[in-house]
Amino acid sequence: MSRSQKVALFVLFLPALIITVVFYVIPAVLTAAMSFTDMDFRLRWNFVGFATFARMFEDFLLPRILQNTIVYTFLTLAFFNVGLAVLLALVTSYVPERVGRVFQALWLLPRFTPPIVYGIIWMWILDPTRAGLLNGLLALTGARPVNWMTDYPMATIVVTNGIIGASFGMVIFYSAIKSIPRDYQWAALADGATWPQQVRYITLPLIRWPLLFVTAYQTLSLLTSYEYILIITGGGPYFATTVWSLYAYNMAFGGYFANYEFGYGAALSIVLVILGTVASIVYWRVFRFREMMAEPKIEVM
Amino acid sequence: MARTVQAEPSRPQPAAGRYNAQAVRREERLVTAAVYTFLVLVSLPLAVGYGWLLLNSFSTELAHGVWPSGFTTRHWRFLFEPPSPYYPDLWRTTWNTLWLAVGMTITMVAVSTPTAYVLSRMKFRGRNAFLALTLVLHAFPGITLLIATYYVLRWLGLLNSIPGVFLVKAALMLPLGIWVMKGFYDGISWDVEMSALVDGASRIQTWYKVMLPQVLPGIASISIFSFIYGWSEYIYVITFIQDKNAWTLSSYINAIVGDFRFLDYGLLSATALFYIAPVLLFFIFTQKYLMRVTIGGTKGGS
Repeated sequence: MSRSQKVALFVLFLPALIITVVFYVIPAVLTAAMSFTDMDFRLRWNFVGFATFARMFEDFLLPRILQNTIVYTFLTLAFFNVGLAVLLALVTSYVPERVGRVFQALWLLPRFTPPIVYGIIWMWILDPTRAGLLNGLLALTGARPVNWMTDYPMATIVVTNGIIGASFGMVIFYSAIKSIPRDYQWAALADGATWPQQVRYITLPLIRWPLLFVTAYQTLSLLTSYEYILIITGGGPYFATTVWSLYAYNMAFGGYFANYEFGYGAALSIVLVILGTVASIVYWRVFRFREMMAEPKIEVM
Repeated sequence: MARTVQAEPSRPQPAAGRYNAQAVRREERLVTAAVYTFLVLVSLPLAVGYGWLLLNSFSTELAHGVWPSGFTTRHWRFLFEPPSPYYPDLWRTTWNTLWLAVGMTITMVAVSTPTAYVLSRMKFRGRNAFLALTLVLHAFPGITLLIATYYVLRWLGLLNSIPGVFLVKAALMLPLGIWVMKGFYDGISWDVEMSALVDGASRIQTWYKVMLPQVLPGIASISIFSFIYGWSEYIYVITFIQDKNAWTLSSYINAIVGDFRFLDYGLLSATALFYIAPVLLFFIFTQKYLMRVTIGGTKGGS
């Protein structure tokens, strides 16, 4: 490599390296280090070995949190991020393209909406008084208002997150469906297959890989997504909607009791990272991601 | 899939005699009706939710939670006087939000454009290591690193500042930006670049004068994403910015939710609409673009 090339490399590459190291690599390393301290708001590095991890086994709330996390991830994935996503992709590819695009845009909108605004919309829909949408409509039938968020906390966070999550799968499945050669469809038509039959025997088998990819990718995303839960239910009532990542966040920055438990919060995060890494490796092996990555999937967000 | 695109074959007529063509057509109509019904019903709550923001912010009251009665602009008073004396100036807050969005966009474009070029076109030690690093970091979702990031920002004196937030946010989005841009560079043929180099241009000149104009669509798409995500940012703003002078609209509305939830949905919806309006306009005008990027190079079925 010539001198001028080296200079070019240096100049063009340096900004990315600096930003990535300072704001990503160092925090990642620090999180690992912090998990072995009992750091609090004074930000003192007092190493305590595995005490923070031992504390997890004594934390009487943690089994509940773990259960919440699993239930939340599974339900959101099954009903929305994959389930509804497939349905939306199927129907938006069935209708004329222009109509499909309009509906897709509507479904992508929550993804670009400021989270707090999205939260406000749901606060209104689920309002416990008749000022809210659901209770307002319920009042027409003469029924008493329902306190949706406290009576159905898990459903609340599954639906609110799922409606955002569905668009990711929708976009990927849609492009996968559109890339299925039309000949198959014509052949099926000529044989007299109805649309449901085409879906069952042609479309779904042919989008198997995208289905697996979205399932894997969204499992990881859901494990670490707590922003909307924080806004809409705050993890309550009591700990009914506190998932693992939100528990770690509240341990450090917010929450119900002792704040600024940086050490314990970091340890909780590390467990999540380890879980995520293990899951990635399993997915990588089982689904042979490498083969999929060979295709230019990068442009698909 | 390297399929040559051919003229679409005309739709074959179902073979006669094997079944009743009329019955098939009837069934087709039934499916179409079912599809539209499903699509409209399942999308209705979304449309109602966003429509409510508009209706409610201009109505005196909503009967049964949905039906507007009486026009008013009183929910928009916050544009001229703060909802309570504890709130910072709205326009200053809006300015901060814009600064966050623009800063985020500039950082993302300025950093990912040259880096992606290097990764796409130059061979050097550490190239694969860096690409691998971006993938490994993906296992550390930024949101789990908040505690340590808080520590780093405090150490750098960047807590309570807008640049602190957009630098962190840009770092987390950078792998995505780099991969997207790399895809755009990868699509440009080597010949153009070679001829510039042969003519005596330096590597940086080649990048700047020859390559950059060709990846403008990529830059546009990254800018759109960065701007919207920067403008909308919630969690980092709430966590890293307490100082009211550095609040963004997320902090402002978060405080309104804390103070006026259940009490004043008029104010809530008006401020929310004020916050989302630029995103909405941006979204409508760049939607074609956004979709093209999100759906990737799979247009036309190939």
